[in-house]
Amino acid sequence: MNAINRNEQNALARAVLEIDVNNHAGVMSHVVGLFSRRSYNVEGILCLPVGDSRQSRIWLLVNEDLRLAQMMKQVEKLEDVIAIRRHNADHAVFQDLETFFRP
Amino acid sequence: MTETLTGAQITVRLLERQGIRTVAGIPGGAILPIYDALGQSTAIHHVLARHEQGAGFMAQGMARATGQPAVCLASSGPGATNLLTAIADAKLDSIPLVAITGQVPKAMIGTDAFQEVDTYGLSIPITKHNFLVSSAEELLEVIPRAFRIAASGRPGPVLVDIPKDVQTQAIEISEWPQPGRAEPAPAADSALIEQAAAMINAAERPILYLGGGVIHSGASAAAIELAEKASLPTVMTLMALGAMPVDHPLAMGMLGMHAARYTNLALDECDLLIAVGARFDDRATGKVAAFCPQAKIIHIDIDPAELDKIKTAHIGITADIGEALGQLLPAVFENSRKNWVDRSNALKTEFPFDLHSTDNPRSHFGLIQSVAACLDDDAIIATDVGQHQMWVAQAYPLRRPRQWLTSGGLGTMGFGVPAAIGAALAERERTVVCFTGDGSIMMNIQELVTAAEENVNLKIVLMDNATLGLVHQQQTLFYGERLFASQFRSSPDFIKIAQGFGIAAVDLDASANPCATLMEAISRPGPCLIHASIDAEQKVYPMVPPGAANRDMIGA
Repeated sequence: MNAINRNEQNALARAVLEIDVNNHAGVMSHVVGLFSRRSYNVEGILCLPVGDSRQSRIWLLVNEDLRLAQMMKQVEKLEDVIAIRRHNADHAVFQDLETFFRP
Repeated sequence: MTETLTGAQITVRLLERQGIRTVAGIPGGAILPIYDALGQSTAIHHVLARHEQGAGFMAQGMARATGQPAVCLASSGPGATNLLTAIADAKLDSIPLVAITGQVPKAMIGTDAFQEVDTYGLSIPITKHNFLVSSAEELLEVIPRAFRIAASGRPGPVLVDIPKDVQTQAIEISEWPQPGRAEPAPAADSALIEQAAAMINAAERPILYLGGGVIHSGASAAAIELAEKASLPTVMTLMALGAMPVDHPLAMGMLGMHAARYTNLALDECDLLIAVGARFDDRATGKVAAFCPQAKIIHIDIDPAELDKIKTAHIGITADIGEALGQLLPAVFENSRKNWVDRSNALKTEFPFDLHSTDNPRSHFGLIQSVAACLDDDAIIATDVGQHQMWVAQAYPLRRPRQWLTSGGLGTMGFGVPAAIGAALAERERTVVCFTGDGSIMMNIQELVTAAEENVNLKIVLMDNATLGLVHQQQTLFYGERLFASQFRSSPDFIKIAQGFGIAAVDLDASANPCATLMEAISRPGPCLIHASIDAEQKVYPMVPPGAANRDMIGA
């Protein structure tokens, strides 16, 4: 159980990152590794192939943190990352999934 | 013409086409097909290391001395894990390295097969990029790409893990890919360059702060030209030593934890810091909030993630250093900046660096100066890690880029001997000197036999104080003199060890005329170990205590 409950979590500033990547084994590991090794928690992850499946799109829900700008630069440096875009926490992608995450 | 070749043969051919002429490694079960193919190559000389970490550092030595990507090889499992330290070291110092490891056959991956380890997973955080190759065809794309990635932008290590069945898979080849080369970086934003030039022109007390990126970019001459045109006192990081000759009138030496007092005091007074290929490492900045407190910052780096990482720059420019300096030079006014140059010279006079007892070759600084007196600027100077490393950084007259090979970011004891062997293999015509300590040399001492086997022109200067010197120093200064686990109760006979490994050895302790013994040992071709006992009570001074501001230096 998290130290802070879901409502409190929601009150924290959040950001949604949209990352276009090459679709092969290991890419997810490269991306989330950048976060985990800085003990920067990733709150939500979604990933599906796009188009002909040569690329995937990873959506990350993360807490807004002073380190976020640096994190985005590090993600951008990865060989298999094609683009990264930042959205506000109210982006529909995670909100529409709420029904699957009821306790 | 079509040829049928195995993945192993393709790998070796691609290395040959890449221009690789020397590789270092150790064979083992999972990389034997590649070794079988390598044995047939007349173009590539394989150096058999005695530990994979040694092979990794030999490749680093080649890459550091030449600036070109170098290759090391290891088998799966322990072979690969033994390489990791050398790879991590290359990552932190931005050294272009291509590590090729064998892996168990694809069908056995994930079964805890003999000598199976997740090399791909282990190497993710310590490589610039890594590959697990799944077919022989893929090698044609992956190998050139590995070299391109290693050499492009901010250089770094790339690992290619090749399962054994991929090495034995035979395919038809009709066309070879172009070798992977560094891609040119995007040009610096000219509007930002103009703003930077205006800021330099308007500054009263600017300092040029050079990092390892200046060496990687081959931009030392441009940096000196900028310093001279705008009269910029210039500080260097550990990684940038040699970028500007130490005796250049504008050179203010190495900054940071073991800088001369005048260097850190000048930084305290500067009103503009021009950081070029430097990354504001904590050993350079001390307490960041107190680093150059009055200064605006111009930061030029090829890696955009370095800008604003530690210090927010007033102007941040992503560019290759050489290209950016080329644009900056014509826009910067000639300026003698007399007041500031006089002031920095006055700081040098008032707070000089104390090279005490330099004339005594049995003292640490005296020994370093005596070695320097036997050599010219063509020599390559490598170090291990510890007190001796800092003393050499402080006292050796480094005057050219790529003269200086040291483990900066990771600070890896054991770096020196194999890296120096690699440098000597890559630059056969140069004399290579490795300063080491009795702690460091023991961490890769097995490579002495590799030095003997390859008959490299390497002189190892072992500064022996029978302690882990920097630990001893910190325990003395900051842990109430509670010395624990920092003094060796038993030391080997290094002369016998060197001779046992098949290389010449001399003991300066036993010499009536150490300078003459030194000169004789250094001028004799081939590998030689030069042993010299030094005083264990000597400290690396001045020193900024960990976490303190650079102005608060202790000692000397």
